[in-house]
Amino acid sequence: MSLVKIKTKINGKEVESEVEPRKLLVHFLREDLGLTGTHVGCDTSNCGACTVLLNGKAVKSCTMLAVQANGKEITTIEGLSKNGELHPIQKAFLEKHGLQCGYCTSGMIMTSFWLLRKNKNPTEEEIRKNLSGNLCRCTGYQSIVESIRYGAELIKEKEEQQEMVVR
Amino acid sequence: MEEALELLTKYGEDAKVMAGGQSLIPLLKLRLASFPYVIDISGIAGLNRIEEKGDYLEIGALATVNEIEENYLIRERYRALHEAAGLIADPLVRNRGTIGGNISHGDPSNDLPAVMIALKAKLELSGRNGKRIIDADSFITDSFTTVLSEGEILTKILIPLSTRESGGCYIKQKKNAGDFSVAAVAVNFVLDSSERVKSAGIGLTSVGPRPIRAANAESFLEGKKVNDSVAREAATIIVSESEPSSDFYGTVVYKKKVLLSIAEEAINLSYERAMVR
Ligand SMILES: Cc1cc2nc3c(=O)[nH]c(=O)nc-3n(C[C@H](O)[C@H](O)[C@H](O)COP(=O)(O)OP(=O)(O)OC[C@H]3O[C@@H](n4cnc5c(N)ncnc54)[C@H](O)[C@@H]3O)c2cc1C
Ligand code: FES
Ligand code: FES
Repeated sequence: MSLVKIKTKINGKEVESEVEPRKLLVHFLREDLGLTGTHVGCDTSNCGACTVLLNGKAVKSCTMLAVQANGKEITTIEGLSKNGELHPIQKAFLEKHGLQCGYCTSGMIMTSFWLLRKNKNPTEEEIRKNLSGNLCRCTGYQSIVESIRYGAELIKEKEEQQEMVVR
Repeated sequence: MEEALELLTKYGEDAKVMAGGQSLIPLLKLRLASFPYVIDISGIAGLNRIEEKGDYLEIGALATVNEIEENYLIRERYRALHEAAGLIADPLVRNRGTIGGNISHGDPSNDLPAVMIALKAKLELSGRNGKRIIDADSFITDSFTTVLSEGEILTKILIPLSTRESGGCYIKQKKNAGDFSVAAVAVNFVLDSSERVKSAGIGLTSVGPRPIRAANAESFLEGKKVNDSVAREAATIIVSESEPSSDFYGTVVYKKKVLLSIAEEAINLSYERAMVR
């Protein structure tokens, strides 16, 4: 099959690539770019382990072709930490035990990131509704919900600190 | 748009349109279907607009389910559509899946076709030889089969403007969060000045080989005020118009029982909403 040229911006970097038209975005990220933090947990588009941000919105990278990302911005779990420092949501998952085996975690964090962008102070119900496309076999979700609540607090604190610095 | 229609005509039966890919890619991944050419229409400009224009709320076929769910106008005035959108799949799928794809897939378990029936929507279909407008309830003829002819795509959904006298809802019984329904029902009423139902729209999901208009229940309700016994009788008529089959989601008996209960609830709730002006 002939290859197609695509241009994307991945975790802030412009990337030019040639891909097979039928290649899924998740395989492009993992195999071609080595971004293996994005997982594949099912073949029925149900589990959300493959969640990435496409132009800022959380989507399943296993249910999209790489060529459909042409001209778009993608953020993966690797793109969240800045200068070697974990993102507040990542810290929150560590501190509040939001993971056990960790298979679902990068997807959970990407969906939470999208949620906390839209809604800085979500209720437990809003958190659970927004996570309905992300499955976890291990934790029973309670610690994930707590991690996201705590993540929201950490983000707020960080923003307040930054405001003080600016002043 | 021109290009897409040209390619579709050129490749004929070998070509398949893809919008959000949330139904198509799962099929392709499981090798349940394959097509030599997939034509991605998601880049067509302007086909995701949502606006009231003339006598209709116009929705471009490429508007995503998430855009519909979050649209202020739809949330305020087209409750059945707002509620159905928020109950489809999960937020990740809703960020990609489009209204046009949800309707065109022809899946009797997809939620939006029944809403189109209840809202008495019309669909604009475009092909190389121009456009035609059809009633939404004649669009899906059988499971996964629509009236779209080769080289034609769904471009716009036209919903009659909602008035102060109308009210509706969508009630969906699911087994698990983020799943298709055991049964679901969309209802929309327009009342006259004496609080009688002037026009009723009732569409059913997951209880037949295609989305079903409960036409007998609609005519039963028209001209009446809704009270508990009217709602119960209408729900019984709705069940008699359904044609469910037994599957993973339940037996025929179970599905009819679920339908009876959500139909009654949906009729009462829609009437209540139409009364609140
Ligand atoms: C895990 C999961 C759960 C789901 N749960 C639900 C649910 O509960 N309820 C529900 O309703 N849906 C559900 N879906 C299905 C999904 O929401 C919709 O069917 C999807 O939004 C379809 O839109 P799309 O744009 O992704 O269509 P695509 O997958 O791109 O296309 C679907 C079909 O429609 C055709 N098509 C698309 N756009 C057009 C057009 N403009 N003109 C002509 N033909 C067109 C394609 O050729 C194809 O045959 C689920 C999907 C997944 C993966
Ligand atoms: S890998 Fe399971 S939803 Fe994408
Ligand atoms: S931590 Fe194991 S699947 Fe979620």
